Amino acid sequence: MKIWDAHCHLSGVPGQTPAERMAQLLSFADRLGIERLCVCMGMRWSYDPTPADMRQQNDEVLAALQHWPHRALGYVYLTPNHVAASLAELDRCVRDGPMVGVKLWVARRAHAPELDPIVERATELQAPILQHTYLKATGNLPGESTPMDLAELARRHPAATFIGAHAGGDFELGLRALRACENVSVDLCGTDPAAGMTEMAVRELGAHRVLYGSDAGGRSFASQLGKVLGADIPAAAKKLILGENLRRLLRPILQRKKSL
Amino acid sequence: MRQKDGGADPGRLSRRSFLCTTTVAAAAAAAAGWRAETADAAAPDPLIGATGPRGLVDTNVWLGQWPGRRLPLEETPALVARLRRQGVRQAWAGSFDGLWHKDLGAVNARLAAECRRQGRGLLTPFGTINPADPAWEEDLRRCAEEHQMPGIRLHPNYHGYQLDDPALARLLDRAGQRGLIVQLVAAMEDERTQHPRMRVPQVDVAPLAALLASRPELRLVLLNWGRGANSVQPPRLAEAGQICFDIATLEGVGGVASLLRQVSAGRVVFGSCAPLFYLESALLKLQESPLTEAQLAAVRADNALRLRRRVS
Ligand SMILES: [Zn+2]
Repeated sequence: MKIWDAHCHLSGVPGQTPAERMAQLLSFADRLGIERLCVCMGMRWSYDPTPADMRQQNDEVLAALQHWPHRALGYVYLTPNHVAASLAELDRCVRDGPMVGVKLWVARRAHAPELDPIVERATELQAPILQHTYLKATGNLPGESTPMDLAELARRHPAATFIGAHAGGDFELGLRALRACENVSVDLCGTDPAAGMTEMAVRELGAHRVLYGSDAGGRSFASQLGKVLGADIPAAAKKLILGENLRRLLRPILQRKKSL
Repeated sequence: MRQKDGGADPGRLSRRSFLCTTTVAAAAAAAAGWRAETADAAAPDPLIGATGPRGLVDTNVWLGQWPGRRLPLEETPALVARLRRQGVRQAWAGSFDGLWHKDLGAVNARLAAECRRQGRGLLTPFGTINPADPAWEEDLRRCAEEHQMPGIRLHPNYHGYQLDDPALARLLDRAGQRGLIVQLVAAMEDERTQHPRMRVPQVDVAPLAALLASRPELRLVLLNWGRGANSVQPPRLAEAGQICFDIATLEGVGGVASLLRQVSAGRVVFGSCAPLFYLESALLKLQESPLTEAQLAAVRADNALRLRRRVS
C-alpha cells in the first residue's frame, strides 16, 4: 500500500534549510510507511503575503523538491490579493517548474471574484487547488474561508479540481457544505482525530473524494493517519483515501509533466 | 548534503527504517482488515506486537455518550473489544456524563457498575469529582470506599472553577490522603470546533505548579493538555511535583520524542481519549517517534502501573 500525504508544510520541524526540514519530515514519514509528501508554503508564514514573500516561500518549497524529487510534491502558494503576481508565480512554479498544484490560504475568502483568474489558469494547467477551509466557533480570520465559500467558488468553476483542506475544520458542517460539489475532494488533516470523521466523509462524499493528509509538521503524521486506519470503513476505501485518490487527481498533471 | 532517498526502494533504505515501514504497512493492513493479503494471518497484530509483554495501559478512556455526535465505539462492549484488539490490557475510564450531569453520585455509580459488568477485567473506573459542588466530599468517599476506584477525574473548565480555587486545594489534599490518583483534564474538544452554544475554554494550568509543589504525595495525571493555546510548560510542572502527561492531544511530528526531551520517560503515559478520538491515532504516535525500548516500556504501561501500585 502506497501512502501519499496530501497536505504538509516546512514549518514546525527543525532544520536551517528547506532540504534539512524535508529530511526531518521524511524521517518520521518513513516510520509510518508514508511514501510521498505534498508540501506547500515556506519556513515562515504570513496571512497576507506580499508578492516578494510569496516568491520567497515558493523558492523554499522548490529547494525542498530539488533535494527530494522522489519523495516530495509541491503546491505553489498564491494570494488572490496579488492576482498578477500570482499568475506569474503559477507559470514559474507549475507551468515551467516542478510543482503540481495550487495552495490558497487565508489572504482572501474563497468566494471572492479575485480567485477566478487563478482558478482558470490552474485548471488550464490541470493543477488541483488546495483551498484552506476552517469554520471556527471562535471566529474566522478576515480572509479565512468557510467550506461554504469554497462551495460557491467550486460551483462557478465546474471544470476545476479542488481539495477542501481540513474538511472545513468543523467537519460535520464542512462535509455537508461540500457534499453537492463533485469537483471538490476533502483532506482529513489539521483537526483532532475525532472518531467518526472519516466514516462521515465516506458516507456523505464517497470514498473517492476523501484524502489522507496530516498538516505536518504542525500536526503529527500519526494522529491524522489514525483517522483512516482506525475508521470503520471497507479496506478498499482506506486504500483510496491513503493514496489512490491523490494519485488520480494528480495523474493528468504528472503525465503532462513527464511528456514535456 | 543529504542523499536523495527513493522511499519505495527498500534497497536504499536503512535496515531499521525498512523494518519500520514494513511493520507499519502491515499494521495498516491489519487495521484495515486485509492483513491476510499482506502478512501471515497468524502473526500478532503489529500494533499489539509493539505493546510489549504487559500490553498497553490507556489512561484516557471514556464511557457513555458524547453530547455532540454518536461515536463509533460508544457502546462499551465495542470499545472494550477494540482496546483489546489493539493490545490495551488496562484502561482508565471516566464518564462523558461527568462533564454535564449534576448528580455525580449517580454518574460514578453507573461508571463503576458498567466497568464491572462490561469491562472484562480491562476497564478501571475513575469517578468524576466537582469541588465546586456541595456534596463533593461524599462523592469522593463513595469513589474511594464503595466503588474502590484508584483515582478520580477533574474537569475545572466544565465545572466552572479555576485552579487557584481553595476548594480544589482541599480536594487535592483529601485525594492525596486517600491515596487516589488525580486526573486533571485540560480540554475535551478543540475550542474552534465546539458547538457554538456549548463553548468551553481550556483549563488555565498556571496555578498547577504551586499546587504540586506543596503536595509532594499527590500523584497527578494531566490529560488532553497538548493543544498549543494553553499554558502548560511540562518541564516546570515536572520539576514541581509528581505529574505525568498523556499523549492524546500531543501534536507535531515526533511529538512523543519531543516531549521526552523535555521531561523524563517516567513522566509520560499512554492516553488515547477513545472513543472520542480514534484509538489508532495515539497508538501510531508511539510508532512515529524513535524511542528506546526503555522509553517505550515506560510510556506504554510501566509508568501507569507504577502510579497504581502506589495506591494499592
Ligand atoms: Zn496546512
